[in-house]
Amino acid sequence: MNTKTAHELHSLLAAKKVSSVELTESVFERIEKVEDRVRAYVTLTKEKALQAARKADEKVKKGETLSPLEGIPIALKDNLCTKGTLTTCSSKILANYIPPYNATIIEKLQKIGAVPTGKTNLDEFAMGSSTENSGFHPTHNPWDLNRVPGGSSGGSAAAVAADECILALGSDTGGSIRQPAAFCGVVGLKPTYGRVSRYGLVAFASSLDQIGPLTKDVTDCAILLNAISGHDPKDSTSADLPVPDHRKALVNDAKRFRLGLITELTGKGIDEQVVKAVREAARKLESLGAIVEEVSLPTFEYAVAAYYLIAPAEASSNLARYDGVKYGHRSQEGSDLINMYYNTRREGFGPEVKRRIMLGTYALSAGYYDAYYLKALKVRQLIKEDFDKAFQRFDVLLSPTAPSVSFKIGEKTADPLSMYLSDIATIPVNLAGLPAISLPCGFAEDLPIGLQLIGEAFAEEKLLQVAYTYEQNTEWHKRKPGL
Amino acid sequence: MQIDVEHIARLARLGLTGEEKKLYGCQLARILEHAETLQKLNTDQVPPLTHTLPLKNVLREDKVIPFENTADIVNNAPVEEGQMFKVPKILE
Repeated sequence: MNTKTAHELHSLLAAKKVSSVELTESVFERIEKVEDRVRAYVTLTKEKALQAARKADEKVKKGETLSPLEGIPIALKDNLCTKGTLTTCSSKILANYIPPYNATIIEKLQKIGAVPTGKTNLDEFAMGSSTENSGFHPTHNPWDLNRVPGGSSGGSAAAVAADECILALGSDTGGSIRQPAAFCGVVGLKPTYGRVSRYGLVAFASSLDQIGPLTKDVTDCAILLNAISGHDPKDSTSADLPVPDHRKALVNDAKRFRLGLITELTGKGIDEQVVKAVREAARKLESLGAIVEEVSLPTFEYAVAAYYLIAPAEASSNLARYDGVKYGHRSQEGSDLINMYYNTRREGFGPEVKRRIMLGTYALSAGYYDAYYLKALKVRQLIKEDFDKAFQRFDVLLSPTAPSVSFKIGEKTADPLSMYLSDIATIPVNLAGLPAISLPCGFAEDLPIGLQLIGEAFAEEKLLQVAYTYEQNTEWHKRKPGL
Repeated sequence: MQIDVEHIARLARLGLTGEEKKLYGCQLARILEHAETLQKLNTDQVPPLTHTLPLKNVLREDKVIPFENTADIVNNAPVEEGQMFKVPKILE
């Protein structure tokens, strides 16, 4: 039962073929069985889950109609504030933090009666590409337990792939939904910047962060996107625009879609098997009526360098709030205030977070601001212009989601730069604030490969239609890891 | 590239061990070396892009909305006294 999708289960719940309590129990049985090997979660909320499940079952009993996600178990990345439930960002500095309020999207999910299974592991403060930077424990890829699930939403992606939930939420600052989705063989969408409220998402890099779905198929992705989208007065950067019904985009038809295959991401530096799978996916879409041509975005090669100045700069500012005063860890060492700060932050933050705070502080410091931070913002403008030009000719752009399949645990930890470069295909999208989806498009040595589709701002419907068409005409999404 | 790690750590209020200072010194230098590639692009006429949405000042009514749950805020503090956050002394 726990292997099914949300839309399949919704029909079963409505037809009284299964109850939400039974479904929730089956998810927790699965967690019991595989979690000690996968380690996708940092906190489980079984009591809260069963409570929500019973409520959904009551409604069915009374003959009331269920909303699409009512009674469906969903896992939440542990950087989403949940009132009364630990929200740690997988950081020792927040190990005991219990938010006094809910993120807006958590409020929305509660209102529609979704069942919260627990909080999933991430790279500390969402900084990383492998979930190895978690302050608690690494998460293992369900397809090969010796490999990483990707990151930073590695816990959410692994939980979906291992059927330890039905669907999940993640956040994406430079690829943190899409890259783990690719590594774990599930669907992951980063919405347009501003589509989903960030209120209650613990801030990493505020001009880049977005919350989005990780699901077993494209239909569930559209359903979850519907549930979380929309303007929020509590997030002044959320867009005050009407939200379409994304399910209407689930049409099995790619005819007349102009697709641009990104030259810079289908050549040098990208694993051959990954390129082959993506080219085959492009041919498949062509055979389904789409028009596919190559497109060059020459500034792409500068995106990682620009990102690793902009994101750490914003992070160094956002993370100044962890000072041992209002919440979180406080050092027992140091008798005055300034030494309390030094020691609290030394003890509470892990190595990657410290590295990025240092990098960001440097990029913003007197004498270097223009050369690094400002320069990076100008390059960001050029990257956006490259996209604008491409979208004059194309509806959707295609690329691999990641330059390789999942790598081994420990393989890249010694060399931060090589880890950063694994985000080469996803980072430009965040810099330009665009929506993009990753979906399974093949396997290399039994490890999933992700296809990335990139759209214009607020054109999620186009992405979903092309993704849905591809999915309906392929079988990749039906494969399951042999846990 | 020479980076004054101690100065940066001080700005960031980050206590670092001697080993960490050495490690971050090397790693930052390598990352910044990669960042130097940006200098190849001419950006003299390019405006900086801080934000991707065409948003200007977002204003709302200046209205007080009480937050009922202040006890839970204070409960998260490592050290508190009544409704206040307690900190080590600032002045002798």
